[in-house]
Amino acid sequence: MCDQTFLVNVFGSCDKCFKQRALRPVFKKSQQLSYCSMCAEIMATDGLHENQTLASLKSEAESLKGKLEEERAKLHDVELHQVAERVEALGQFVMKTRRTLKGHGNKVLCMDWCKDKRRIVSSSQDGKVIVWDSFTTNKEHAVTMPCTWVMACAYAPSGCAIACGGLDNKCSVYPLTFDKNENMAAKKKSVAMHTNYLSACSFTNSDMQILTASGDGTCALWDVESGQLLQSFHGHGADVLCLDLAPSETGNTFVSGGCDKKAMVWDMRSGQCVQAFETHESDINSVRYYPSGDAFASGSDDATCRLYDLRADREVAIYSKESIIFGASSVDFSLSGRLLFAGYNDYTINVWDVLKGSRVSILFGHENRVSTLRVSPDGTAFCSGSWDHTLRVWA
Amino acid sequence: MAGVRAGAQMPHLSKMERVVVSMQDPDQGVKMRSQRLLITVIPHMVAGSDLVEWLIQKYCISEEEALHLGTLLVQHGYLYPLRDPRCLVLRPDDTPYRFQTPYFWTSTLWPATELDYAIYLAKKNIRKQGALVGHEKEHYGQLHRKINHAWDLVVMQAREQLRAAKQRRKGDRLVMACQEQTYWLVNRPPPGVPSVLEQGPERSSCTAGQAQMSPQGLPSNCSPPGPFQNKNIDFYKREMELCRKALGRARVKSSVCLEAYLKFSSQRELHDPIMSGCLPGNPWVTDDDTYWTMNAPSVAVPTKLRVERWGFSFQELLEDPVGRAHFMAFLGTEFSAENLSFWEACEELRHGGQAQVRVMVDAVYQQFLAPGAARWVNIDSRTMERTLEGLHQPHRYVLDDAQLHIYMLMKKDSYPRFLKSAAYKDLLAEAVIPPEAKKRSRLAHRVFPFMRKLPHSSPSPALLPAATSGEPAAAAGGPECGEGGA
Repeated sequence: MCDQTFLVNVFGSCDKCFKQRALRPVFKKSQQLSYCSMCAEIMATDGLHENQTLASLKSEAESLKGKLEEERAKLHDVELHQVAERVEALGQFVMKTRRTLKGHGNKVLCMDWCKDKRRIVSSSQDGKVIVWDSFTTNKEHAVTMPCTWVMACAYAPSGCAIACGGLDNKCSVYPLTFDKNENMAAKKKSVAMHTNYLSACSFTNSDMQILTASGDGTCALWDVESGQLLQSFHGHGADVLCLDLAPSETGNTFVSGGCDKKAMVWDMRSGQCVQAFETHESDINSVRYYPSGDAFASGSDDATCRLYDLRADREVAIYSKESIIFGASSVDFSLSGRLLFAGYNDYTINVWDVLKGSRVSILFGHENRVSTLRVSPDGTAFCSGSWDHTLRVWA
Repeated sequence: MAGVRAGAQMPHLSKMERVVVSMQDPDQGVKMRSQRLLITVIPHMVAGSDLVEWLIQKYCISEEEALHLGTLLVQHGYLYPLRDPRCLVLRPDDTPYRFQTPYFWTSTLWPATELDYAIYLAKKNIRKQGALVGHEKEHYGQLHRKINHAWDLVVMQAREQLRAAKQRRKGDRLVMACQEQTYWLVNRPPPGVPSVLEQGPERSSCTAGQAQMSPQGLPSNCSPPGPFQNKNIDFYKREMELCRKALGRARVKSSVCLEAYLKFSSQRELHDPIMSGCLPGNPWVTDDDTYWTMNAPSVAVPTKLRVERWGFSFQELLEDPVGRAHFMAFLGTEFSAENLSFWEACEELRHGGQAQVRVMVDAVYQQFLAPGAARWVNIDSRTMERTLEGLHQPHRYVLDDAQLHIYMLMKKDSYPRFLKSAAYKDLLAEAVIPPEAKKRSRLAHRVFPFMRKLPHSSPSPALLPAATSGEPAAAAGGPECGEGGA
């Protein structure tokens, strides 16, 4: 160390070791700090320690995010409820349970409609997956999975197969057969393999591809026939809990929501994240596209549902009420997109006016948390599944 | 390991606590009074009905919703009934309730261990013979067997706690006993009562946000290392990349985007059965599936609303098999039907099995793109060049550019002409408007409930012969299947 003389301007607490010392200014990535001579020397000789890289990266990321929010705000010239002022308010809303499907022995975790508008598949904690004709309430098929907590299930577009998975980290496809001599489990095809639980799955436009979301933080696109991984989507910082395919003409994107409070829009072809939104305060349990495909809604453990517009690239509405304390577990739009149905962990279903932002109705009936909710393909009803072992069809 | 993550997974608990705290506000809170219980007087009690009333006023909600919310507060142990402390329900009458002490709040998420439970049950047993109810007796027996080696400790602790409690005033003793009982009702619910603490499979925490500062890695109270801990530098780099990309994207003004929703929703309002009902009637309400028969995927005469929808967007037209078939016929009259066939073939490629990709690409090339092909499609030269290049290494998206070009051609050119054509106008004119179902049948149900018709079954799609694309499948038949399977 050569004989350096330096001016001592400040005497105080070192920014690194917090000891009361004579301090000298130190510059790190354009930020000025005050270090004592000991720490300054350590810094000079050490080079960049990993922690400091991390801290500086984090602050850089934060400042970029701040700049992004500023840019987004520049084009935000009006709020949705202002625009919706001239829309007529909705009248009294009466929806009742029209069918109750009893048969699961434990919590219902997920359900999906068949394109024929009346059949549904549902899965539960005890590993059972049941296909119902919900119009007659008859059970048509039942399969017992080798794992518990079957958190995802989906009906194939042709109506000839179902997919499901959960704690087994896999997504399996079962062809539906009415042949009494055939055991459905025998024809099971294991398609997706993740390294953590499967949280959501969906067929794309055909029976031959499946999109999955998993607790390992990734989404993936699979070829059903061969089980080949066609594309994987990395970017979430925590478990991915939900996904929805875009109803767009080109049909190439989907949105996913996760425990990192982010909703991300992906390009299925390239595997790249196209857009990301991070305004929720807790896990995002459910995402669903607005019928036009220009926006999507999300339901989260922070007890709010939010609407994000893809062209404006920002959140445009929050659906919340002080008396709603429990998280929203699943959301779906009515056919015209005017209504948003959301199932909550406080056993209720709230119906929101998407345009005006107000709650239209609250539906009671379930005796435990509502875990899944989907509107039927022709919009005549919606079905909710709950931890009270039942499913209800409302119209 | 109820630590950081479990708390993060239950944000509703802190919200409930805020409600409970504001309920106890001396000015704005619920009316409190003292209640005589046998010979003791307990202060700071609230009546069930007052709680409900307070919730109605504070949140502007209905009585039903207020009762529901209040019941959840009680079920989570934030309030307990003093008179019948075995049952955590909210009665909207003068039943007295008290606020649980923060010591026992559910959000503390203490691991309610077997030892603690054993001590509690032992206390109950010692204090009054036969105080243990059915399931508690069972648990007591189980625990006695399980931690037999530490049973002396259990009994000793129980006796000690009881002795210490005797030194308190009777009122305090009663209150503390109720508080503890409520705590255990939440943590060890009786059979038949679902546990409010159950959250489902554990979700891993987002530790990338809490960048680990120590070289060793994790603070001690974090959940076990998952796949996210080591990605921190890459994670931030990726986030920044996303931000930079987003900063560069073109955005649309909010006013434009939001107007679009108004237009979309108002255009579709009459087509939304939940908003506007549907004719002849909503099957779920009337138990009559005529609506579905009349709107079957390949029906001979579509309804008026359905034909109108084809005019909303090109996508709507293509998604409807009947609409698509009519559009195909129209294109035939304009000698451009190969465009739609090409588009359909590309869709099949994109969504087909991986093993078929090469074969399908080849077939499409032979039929639509090769020079002198039977159904040659007219694509601009640049796109054609790019596509032909890509064909050397065929993959499922290799025809995307060409497909999009043809799609836009049809959308901007043929589709508007179709809507103006005589063919479409005829379809609109001939379309069916179903009459509303006669009210008489519903009355019959009310008068003679036992005569209620069973809803018709319809054959499962899994039974129907697979329809090939482009050919209208046989219309779904009537009620021939009777009862479905098991």
